[in-house]
Amino acid sequence: MMYKIDQARLGELFAAIAEKKDLFLPVKKADQTDFALWTKEAEVDLDTLRTVKSPKDCFFPQSETLYNTSLEEGKLSIDAAALCDRDFVVFGMRACDVQAVKVLDNVFLADPVDTYYAARREHAVLVAGACHEPEETCFCKVFGIDAAAPAADVATWRVGEALYWKALTKKGEALSEVVKEHLTPAEESAVEEAQTQIRSIIDKLPYSHLKLDVFKETPMMELFDSDRWEEMYKPCLACGTCTFVCPTCQCYDIRDFKTKDGVQRYRCWDSCMYSDFTMMAHGNMRTSQMQRFRQRFMHKLVYYPDNYEGMFSCVGCGRCVSKCPAALNIVKVIKTMGGEG
Amino acid sequence: MQRELMNRAKELLIDETVVRVLGWKKGDLGYNHEPAYFDSPEELEENFVYDAFCGANLSKYMIEAGKQEGKTLVFLKPCDTYSFNQLLKEHRIKRENTYIIGVGCRGNLDIDKIKAAGIKGIESVDADGDMLKVKTVYGEKEMPFEEALLERCLACKGKTHMVYDELIGAGEKEEAGPKGNRFDRVSELESLSPEERFAFWRSELSKCIRCNACRNACPACSCLKCVFDSNQFDSNQKANADTFEEQMFHIIRAFHVAGRCTDCGECSRVCPQGIPLHLLNRKFIKDINTLYGEYQAGEDTDSLAPLTNYTFEDAEPGIVAERGRK
Ligand code: SF4
Ligand code: SF4
Ligand code: SF4
Ligand code: SF4
Repeated sequence: MMYKIDQARLGELFAAIAEKKDLFLPVKKADQTDFALWTKEAEVDLDTLRTVKSPKDCFFPQSETLYNTSLEEGKLSIDAAALCDRDFVVFGMRACDVQAVKVLDNVFLADPVDTYYAARREHAVLVAGACHEPEETCFCKVFGIDAAAPAADVATWRVGEALYWKALTKKGEALSEVVKEHLTPAEESAVEEAQTQIRSIIDKLPYSHLKLDVFKETPMMELFDSDRWEEMYKPCLACGTCTFVCPTCQCYDIRDFKTKDGVQRYRCWDSCMYSDFTMMAHGNMRTSQMQRFRQRFMHKLVYYPDNYEGMFSCVGCGRCVSKCPAALNIVKVIKTMGGEG
Repeated sequence: MQRELMNRAKELLIDETVVRVLGWKKGDLGYNHEPAYFDSPEELEENFVYDAFCGANLSKYMIEAGKQEGKTLVFLKPCDTYSFNQLLKEHRIKRENTYIIGVGCRGNLDIDKIKAAGIKGIESVDADGDMLKVKTVYGEKEMPFEEALLERCLACKGKTHMVYDELIGAGEKEEAGPKGNRFDRVSELESLSPEERFAFWRSELSKCIRCNACRNACPACSCLKCVFDSNQFDSNQKANADTFEEQMFHIIRAFHVAGRCTDCGECSRVCPQGIPLHLLNRKFIKDINTLYGEYQAGEDTDSLAPLTNYTFEDAEPGIVAERGRK
């Protein structure tokens, strides 16, 4: 069922959601837009196409405590961090970011289930917005994602003065129910023209016609041993920006922080671009930046699809394309390896 | 100028003066050129580019390139030569392994400023005249060249190269140059109350994602292993744990590059969150100028540096308390 709300009244919609659940949405702070908890004062920004960081933090925060240990009078106690037990809504995701959550689900919800992640996913409702003005760095189409019809719990479109709202899942319908007094029924056809428009722009984008067959057809070891990695990695500064802005990068590190009488064990995002990535007692198995660089792209384009029925772990959001300080990115890798479309 | 640079690089490769060329390779979006090595005239012909999107400072790459067999030809813009000199001074690069072509520069462009002006879906940018002509999937757009300049170019140190073996295209276009006093914004921040200043930096640094791009792009950050990468340290270079850690990272970094930072602007250029990191460094530069006399890191390779040299005229540590009281 299609609904709509006047865009000028979105504040009321947000307030209504926030009354019942935590609401995360794109908020502009010091000139940059990232997902943050909604407050009355927050400067909500639905115009910026992509947030700098992806909404990944809402499900898999950059740093989170797993448990605390403490020693009291010779007795050791271990307190696991509380699991998420409050419903929350992530509003204003993009189709690519929604697909990225599926990429994470495959990893974290498979046995052994990551309970911290699973609790957040269970309590999350995903509300995504269609991309009315896609950018040149976008290549979601390559991964079969439709930016005109995001596959979230609720899809929204901004056409004229209105925001159109359509629940696609049970969770979505339940959310519609919560805010129903703010929504009025609308015609399905109201967004069709906008969708056609979006799809025609997507078709014109420079990266929309990349081909990924080479990663499926070439034997894994042949790709791994390719000479091209050696020439591609050289400008890489090993900073890790690409991994931290990426909605699908899922590697994490576990560390201990010494507290007064014990440790706080926490995890934080790791980056395969870092020299201590997968460091073990015997040392590190990837000893050069070329190997680390190769890991990032082999993981996204070869290993992950090999594990998950051909699904790639890149969703074409283009964040790494616009943020790498050395202008390297997965598109250049795809093209160099033979995926020019 | 691109053609001239390319031809000269080819000559130097062919006559074996150098064995490799460090320059910029044409990107696929018209603005995303990447630092690159070229080993042959054919590669140069195919991919070499020099235009207003060659912001990346290649001096940092010379730390690695300089360790390799044979000479590397590197193209340096005027501001890049300060970083190069500073690295020479710190014995991080072997001069004898380098052949420098100083390249003329009319300022580099900031793609984020172009996008912030509402220009989306960029297919190509023509930066030849005073107006940028941008082709986009949404039609043709225009904006003044000046308004899209990188912050660093607004504080240009001038068009003179501090170190080079030869110059190409230098001094041709004199229009670029300092656009104002680079310390204006620092003075503004100094005039705020400590609470307001703290709020400003909290708000900026709270965006930091600890991606380390600022550190890794910085030519002054040349430690083989950064203290933040140590696993012996009760901190973590990649954990965006709390506000204390965010601040500590940036304050330590700013202190560590104080007196060595040439104000090349790479940190601010690469920060994905648009944090004005250059303001921290400029505060140090401004204070050094005031307390120890005018000093520009990277201007030469032999002068004594203010913070590693002692004179009787040096400010006493008590100056901190005195200035803090104001
Ligand atoms: S963002 Fe670029 S330079 Fe940094 S690690 Fe990734 S590929 Fe390397
Ligand atoms: S690899 Fe790059 S384009 Fe792909 S999902 Fe990650 S950040 Fe986005
Ligand atoms: S990659 Fe596709 S879904 Fe993501 S922001 Fe761009 S157009 Fe939208
Ligand atoms: S580049 Fe920016 S976001 Fe990254 S660590 Fe530096 S200040 Fe933080």
